[in-house]
Amino acid sequence: MAEVLAFEHVSIAYDSRAGRQNILNDVSFVIGEGEALGLVGESGCGKSTVALAAMHYLPRGMSLTEGRIRVEGRDLARLSADELSRIRGNRIAMVYQDPMSSLNPVMPIGRQLMEVPLLHGETDERAAFRRAVAMLEEVRLPAAEAMMERYPHQLSGGQQQRVVIAMALMAEPALLIMDEPTTGLDVTIEAAILALVRDLRAKFGTAILFISHNLGTVARVCERIGVLYAGRLVETGSIATVFRSPVHPYTRGLLGALPRLSGGHRRGRLRPIDGTIQAADRARLGCAFAPRCSFAARRDCEERPVVMVAIDAAAQHLVRCARIDAVVAGSAVDGPPASATATNDQAPIVLSVRNLSKEYRLTSLFGGDRKGAVRAVTGVDLDARAGETLAIVGESGCGKSTLARIISGLLTATSGEVTLDGVDLAGISVDDRPPDTRRRIQMVFQNPDSTLNPSHSIAYALTRPLRLLRDLASGEAKAEVLRLLAQVRLPSEMADRMPHQLSGGQRQRVAIARALAGNPGVVVADEPVSALDVSVQAAILNLLGELLEQSQLGLVLISHDLALVRHMADWVAVMYLGRVVEYGPADQVFSPPYHPYTQALLLAAPTPDPDAPPVVVLEGSMPSPTDTILGCPFASRCPERIAGLCDTTPPPIRRFGEHRISCHLEIDAERAQPPAEAGGRTGMRSSSA
Amino acid sequence: MLRYSAKQLLNMALTLFAVSFLVFALNELSPGDVARKVLGPYASQSQVDYLTVQMGLDRPVLVRYAEYMGKALAGDFGDSVVFRQPVSALMFDRLGNTLLLAAISFAVIVPLSIVLGVLAGMRERGWFDRAVSVFSSMCASIPEFAMGVFLLGIFVVWLGWLPGTSPLRSDTGWSLWMQFVLPVLVVTFYDAGYLIAMVRSSMVEVMRQPYIRTALLKGMSFHGVVRRHALRNALITPFTVILLQLNYLVSGLVVVETLFAYPGFGRLMLEAALTKDIAVIEAGTLIAVSVTMLTQLFGDLGYMALDPRIRV
Repeated sequence: MAEVLAFEHVSIAYDSRAGRQNILNDVSFVIGEGEALGLVGESGCGKSTVALAAMHYLPRGMSLTEGRIRVEGRDLARLSADELSRIRGNRIAMVYQDPMSSLNPVMPIGRQLMEVPLLHGETDERAAFRRAVAMLEEVRLPAAEAMMERYPHQLSGGQQQRVVIAMALMAEPALLIMDEPTTGLDVTIEAAILALVRDLRAKFGTAILFISHNLGTVARVCERIGVLYAGRLVETGSIATVFRSPVHPYTRGLLGALPRLSGGHRRGRLRPIDGTIQAADRARLGCAFAPRCSFAARRDCEERPVVMVAIDAAAQHLVRCARIDAVVAGSAVDGPPASATATNDQAPIVLSVRNLSKEYRLTSLFGGDRKGAVRAVTGVDLDARAGETLAIVGESGCGKSTLARIISGLLTATSGEVTLDGVDLAGISVDDRPPDTRRRIQMVFQNPDSTLNPSHSIAYALTRPLRLLRDLASGEAKAEVLRLLAQVRLPSEMADRMPHQLSGGQRQRVAIARALAGNPGVVVADEPVSALDVSVQAAILNLLGELLEQSQLGLVLISHDLALVRHMADWVAVMYLGRVVEYGPADQVFSPPYHPYTQALLLAAPTPDPDAPPVVVLEGSMPSPTDTILGCPFASRCPERIAGLCDTTPPPIRRFGEHRISCHLEIDAERAQPPAEAGGRTGMRSSSA
Repeated sequence: MLRYSAKQLLNMALTLFAVSFLVFALNELSPGDVARKVLGPYASQSQVDYLTVQMGLDRPVLVRYAEYMGKALAGDFGDSVVFRQPVSALMFDRLGNTLLLAAISFAVIVPLSIVLGVLAGMRERGWFDRAVSVFSSMCASIPEFAMGVFLLGIFVVWLGWLPGTSPLRSDTGWSLWMQFVLPVLVVTFYDAGYLIAMVRSSMVEVMRQPYIRTALLKGMSFHGVVRRHALRNALITPFTVILLQLNYLVSGLVVVETLFAYPGFGRLMLEAALTKDIAVIEAGTLIAVSVTMLTQLFGDLGYMALDPRIRV
């Protein structure tokens, strides 16, 4: 097999006034014709640098210090600017994270597509136009010719990424580099894009270098995987081998830290990787992972360079570890222990939401509401129970964040009730709530960097709510700050630090401590871990789990990540277009019967499993919240819709004990086929009516 | 687009109406008697009273305002008490001079700023960028009067190449075009310094955008990327600021006009303010406000043409 891209002992360094920093260290891999290699790693591991280096486009200050990078046998460092231009976009093309910003906002996408053939030999404008239209059809964009005239902002995120993929494939390159191509897209859109990449790969025979932080997406597209840590490749092999029998402690850690759909309820803890990556780890002579590794031995791991060693005879599985024997002999890797306790629906309800709606009237200049209304949330019924997690899942625009904001009082509802301690709060904004009520509902936001004031110390950030909400004297508050830090497993010396001196995970712990400061009854956490790396995420989830066990706190968890919800939730509400389409105890929601949307979400969720079933791709996109919905909100995309019924008549609510599904289909357990991941769990349904 | 323009023009008329009333009322409140000013300090009180009645100044403000507006709509802004001629004639002359100076300066400033700003910003921290940045911040930080005196020293006193004043009269021995050189130069240095910095920083920002990387990694040459992908995007932000310079060029050139004895609109307004020549102040304010609002309208329309994301 001819090689398309080869990295030979590549090291890349970044020079700045602070000195030289190694970004990549001795990275070697080969991608053959038509092969797909996935590179995974957490933020800062150097995976994007690999992509840019393969294009010979390194950011200012970065340079190749050792090794060679070859594209179809040609050493990139020896090519002139003209020769590079002929390779870029022609032999290697790239697909980027955030398609919106990768497309020129003031140029119609047709023109941007046509540029590729026109730059690489095509001279006829009309031929270029026809090729662009044909490629838009290849990536399954509707009305391709009309699409050519559109500007990027007129397309949805999924459509934009299809355009970027079409642009990359215009010259039928030998290698396609995809850098986090689905990060930021919704699960069902992501599934459709990944399915498209698989199909196009089969059709054009393009080799792929697929870069992602998400082990599940890599499994969908690639047959080989490389794991990067602190700029070094620590393990490579086939997806099946690495996922089933990982060897390197970091790979094992990553797989163990991941919540899984098949993992069941949180009462089994995730296994976070201890510690965090330090800047100094990149410069280590030995293993960069040694400071976080429980198998590390000073002599083997730290005093000399660790090289890649073949595990199997064919040298397909390589690992950079000096203590392979000890690691393999040590603990066997498996998923988190199976769930033990079933949901206790006897737990007292702390917060209940009844028939809650939020509308924004669109008014024209002279008043009146001729333009209709945005229905962000429609008729939602939910309960949050003490010591339990109520998870709200759905894709962007489903109304889950609006719901969270109404509960916390950042928004007020148009109608309906939010009852806490017997008081209806739905119409009262947070400023008008009495301090004692305000104290009882607290929020944790997605991005801890932007919620902590960078100019105040951690102690100050925690003291403020103690004094404002609980009226503590300064001496009492000081002691309470230390207690809170201990509660979120942070050392007490953190109190004097500033936010920028903490890692992302530590900052999120502070945000949780701040929420706990008021002794709340309900904590609303809006995507609390989605900005964090997998290994850090696991520790935060474990912390939330512990807090729930120790207190009578009710947690409302807003998330788009089904695996995380499966791990954390006692109760689940699935939202679509502002409505709850399925609601019930987690074990029942995650096993048949399903609402068709829940089922689509479950099938779309990327799972780090080499045998994951093919996905059902949902057509179209979520209707606009300004549209008038007569029947079921999901009717326009439902693969099982009943024409003439689903789109005209509101669906009935089918009840199975506490479990509610609003759907026209005659739902019974036999009809709904379980996804393979949850397949072994059908027995759990015995508790439902 | 048409609806938007019509709406903006309606807004403009309303604003002008409000401004005209405010100025009228303010002048009414300011101390000093118009009739006394016209007749001078030695006139008797009865003469002043007689003139006050004759000019209709004893009637209520609203009545006089209505009368003023009625005449103004027909193009009659009253008479200047200082220059003793109709305001419209006076304005027409002075405004024409200023517009000429503004047009020439604008035609020099805009291309110069765009070219220098784009060339500087396309390679951030390159030698050309550093040179342009030093030049532009120097220009922008030297006040007009200092720059004017400095240039006068070089070109008039030392080299004797250019006239020291620009009264726009042909009997000075210098051609009209030569009289324009120094005022335009001073305005250009001062204003372009600021605009170059604006265009440069917008260009720097655009060159950092991912779509520039996309274009480069398509295999496009650097200059192709600058021309086809960066240029239009880089002009979006500075566009409004560029048009705002028109306001400055029409009503903010007092210093330059005074320095070169240039018979322009800014100087007229200054003199009117110092002598409480109310009719001139009122008409001048309306003109300045109209210019501001018109440039704003053109700014919005041009903005829409440049950036397809903006629609009305």
